[in-house]
Amino acid sequence: MAEHGKQERDRPWIMRTYSGHSTAAASNELYRTNLAKGQTGLSVAFDLPTQTGYDADDPLARGEVGKVGVPVSHIGDMRGLFDGLPLDQMNTSMTINATAVWLLSLYVAVAEDQGVDPSVLRGTTQNDIIKEYLSRGTHIFPPAASMRLITDLITYTVDEVPKWNPINICSYHLQEAGATPTQELAYALVTAIGVLDAVKATGRIPESEFGKVVGRMSFFVNAGIRFVEELCKMRAFVELWDRVTRERYGVTDPKQRRFRYGVQVNSLGLTEQQPENNVIRIVLEMLAVTLSKDARARAIQLPAWNEALGLPRPWDQQWSLRAQQILAYESDLLEYADLFKGSEVVEAQTQLLIDSAWAEVQEVLKRGGAVEAVESGYIKQRLVESNAARLRAIENGEQVVVGVNKYIEGAPSPLTENLDDAILTVDPEVDPNQREALALWKRERDNGAADKALAELQRVANTDENMMTASIAAAHAGVTTGEWANTLRQVWGEYRAPTGVAGATVKTSGSGASAEVIDRLRSRLSELETRMGRRAKLLVGKPGLDGHSNGAEQIAIKARDVGFDVVYEGIRVSPEQIVASALEEGVHLIGLSILSGSHLALVPEVAERLRAAGLGDVPLVVGGIIPDADAERLRREGIAAVYTPKDFELDNIMSDLIDLVDRQHAAE
Amino acid sequence: MPPSDPLDDARQVMSADKAAVSRALNLVEDRRSDAHSRVAALLAMLKDAPKAAGGHRVGLTGPPGVGKSTLTSALARSVRKRDRTVGVVAVDPSSIRSGGSLLGDRARMSFDPSDAGLFVRSLATAGEVGGLAYAANSAVRVLAAAYDIVVIETTGVGQSEIDIVHVADTVVLVIQPGSGDVLQFLKAGIMEIPDILVVNKADHDELAQRAIADLRGALRTAHAAGAGGGQDADWETPIIATSATKGTGIDELIDTLDAHRQHLDARLAARRREGEVQWTLDLFSRKHGEHGVATLGGVAQLEARAERDLHGGETPLGLCEHLSREYVSALGRTP
Repeated sequence: MAEHGKQERDRPWIMRTYSGHSTAAASNELYRTNLAKGQTGLSVAFDLPTQTGYDADDPLARGEVGKVGVPVSHIGDMRGLFDGLPLDQMNTSMTINATAVWLLSLYVAVAEDQGVDPSVLRGTTQNDIIKEYLSRGTHIFPPAASMRLITDLITYTVDEVPKWNPINICSYHLQEAGATPTQELAYALVTAIGVLDAVKATGRIPESEFGKVVGRMSFFVNAGIRFVEELCKMRAFVELWDRVTRERYGVTDPKQRRFRYGVQVNSLGLTEQQPENNVIRIVLEMLAVTLSKDARARAIQLPAWNEALGLPRPWDQQWSLRAQQILAYESDLLEYADLFKGSEVVEAQTQLLIDSAWAEVQEVLKRGGAVEAVESGYIKQRLVESNAARLRAIENGEQVVVGVNKYIEGAPSPLTENLDDAILTVDPEVDPNQREALALWKRERDNGAADKALAELQRVANTDENMMTASIAAAHAGVTTGEWANTLRQVWGEYRAPTGVAGATVKTSGSGASAEVIDRLRSRLSELETRMGRRAKLLVGKPGLDGHSNGAEQIAIKARDVGFDVVYEGIRVSPEQIVASALEEGVHLIGLSILSGSHLALVPEVAERLRAAGLGDVPLVVGGIIPDADAERLRREGIAAVYTPKDFELDNIMSDLIDLVDRQHAAE
Repeated sequence: MPPSDPLDDARQVMSADKAAVSRALNLVEDRRSDAHSRVAALLAMLKDAPKAAGGHRVGLTGPPGVGKSTLTSALARSVRKRDRTVGVVAVDPSSIRSGGSLLGDRARMSFDPSDAGLFVRSLATAGEVGGLAYAANSAVRVLAAAYDIVVIETTGVGQSEIDIVHVADTVVLVIQPGSGDVLQFLKAGIMEIPDILVVNKADHDELAQRAIADLRGALRTAHAAGAGGGQDADWETPIIATSATKGTGIDELIDTLDAHRQHLDARLAARRREGEVQWTLDLFSRKHGEHGVATLGGVAQLEARAERDLHGGETPLGLCEHLSREYVSALGRTP
């Protein structure tokens, strides 16, 4: 074979589907059918209580159990999840961060129960808590404690579970939070540097073994619709990582310097309008991470076409899996060497990204590194600004989104004819059932053993010993997820991350139609202030455990820019807190953002508590991934407005909000 | 809503009824001219509330980003543990272009929403660029009638650093290790010496110790240059290291606040009256400018007048209304 011509067929990447819902048993069934369809790895989606360290019976878990993933409260749930799936033959990716040490401990404990030696386990724990502060919002502990958990997991697995990827540094969620390709590259790299430096500082890894740690670092990357630039971004990643590992850590083995990454392609760009178009977007985005042999993903999971509408059904996920299979097995892609080596266009664009990303890496390092730049709000603020710019470009048509701001006319889609059947709904009985099962578990376990394990956990948390051993023992002793996390909360405290919105500066274009709209909104609010005596004050609340704060942040910034006084409290506030804030702050209007699908539990609760506090006449609006039938119901229950991803024109939303305050004022 | 009975409202505020406190704060924020006399009446009734006289008004200031909100949150929680109640006024800047603001302090705070002894109100600076919010002064007085301790957290820039002295009994300046500017300002006497200095984010021992040593030096230089300690000579500004995220140093801060409040005791009424005099003059000159001040006899005479009338039971807002009327009628007499 010629060097640049056809070669022996390359091995395909691992194919997964991010899935899990309702219960361990229901998810187990789903995993079995997925594997039967030719999926080659598993990707576990945990529900938000599990991700944020609460049991199903915690008040904060209300409405969230089994919604965006599977609840795993103890080793019994983990056993059920992998029932009949021998762990020595699985390659399991777990999207888990703050509680990663715990979930891996449960996994190891189940393996031990199955008679499987943990050293043969393969898979990945996401374990990148840094990006949780920036985007995903499922962090629990302050940065120092989080970094300790990250390094504990890494230093444990490097010897005990050597084929495990102990961390997936996520640039994925940075893109979802608005990052440009340069920012994605830079912030993922500084996070990796922060983690490796912290591992080094533990002193647990001998200098000669450090290359092994570097070699186990893996990344989780996003791919958006500008797929040529994304392709170059992946090539830039490969080169930059090689540079970092060689220059900063002196790794000599090229295998240990390889940039190993998995991908979930962009969910942010999936549209609610003409959702069938999303299939084409997903395929194009997949090309960005597969076409380059020299920078090809090692594992891919694709979203489903209808994710902007609600939870995908098995068939929807199957369609995405088929796209992977057709590319890997039907097409000739894997028969060729790297397609772009020597391409002037690709190499120039790649170099551009390398240079700009490297400059931003230096900027963050100058500020003390990733953790410092998270705590100071620097990175978050940059992301919020980029996201605002992105949304503005879509709103004013600079960035074309087919079916959304261009080519909007279309024939009705037979796929969404019966919209409520086009998504998966979680059985409302899941929540009480899980609570009952949990109570039963606690009754039947040896409580003395559980207490002893928790006491040991607490002792270790106060030292600098590795948390893994005590956690695995706790897993065997029947300790629950909430007990594990609460024990550590007591030792380390909880952390509220910078929101990045207060300091974010957003360019408002000085002229043109959009500037006129803004001016009109501003003068309406000034005029309203004259009449009301106070400036209109808006409370933006994010109830529930869902940490995807991009929507709430963009609404908060936009509202400030048209002239609202905006109270923004950050993520994970309870309905009680929202009502207390509304009362103390004397707000004129409340907006809630919920993306986890728990709107039917949370929104009416907030409304009810507002009435009880004598604030029943303060208008309440909600935004999120809310199916039509649910929106209808919420409006019937007195919610003033319901917004979904198709309402991308923020100016229109702002105009509605001003109307609501004005009308309420007139009524008083 | 029909206007409620002002006396009833005042009583409810004094009993720390959250809905009533919130309504009273809405009223003092109201800029419509017909609200002014109602605000003046309300504040006059709250003036002698038992809590107000015995309470403590703490100003928290310092450059943006030093962790004032997190510190306020930690402080409030610890004060609550000592069974005292807390009201917080958190001031954030308004955008000059849009007039809007992002009031983000709550995002850094974690409180029990069912706690009746804690109240937080965010205020935007609105027109007062660089200064305290329009309603900050009045809001502090509302909260002081309802809660044991009132904390005013400023934006930490510009005029607010000076205004805070007239609102708070105790001014706490918060900095973080490596705040070179603050040191320079202190040394040069550009910055008033606070009653208490806090070095926050003192997680790194070595850095914090160096920061404290640097501050001691700066204070010595300032003293040598003739600046007084705080506003009185026999109080030596303590320096406290805190980590708001870890909760260390907070108890020491509370003890020091109590010590300063104790130290002030005999002088407190005079200090507060001085603040009210300045507030009155500030209100008046903002309304009528230099011409107004000159017409009524100049700054010194107005200060003496305010001193006397406030001592006689008048409130700053009420006095300002009187002065306005006098000015307007004086205008009528001039050709």
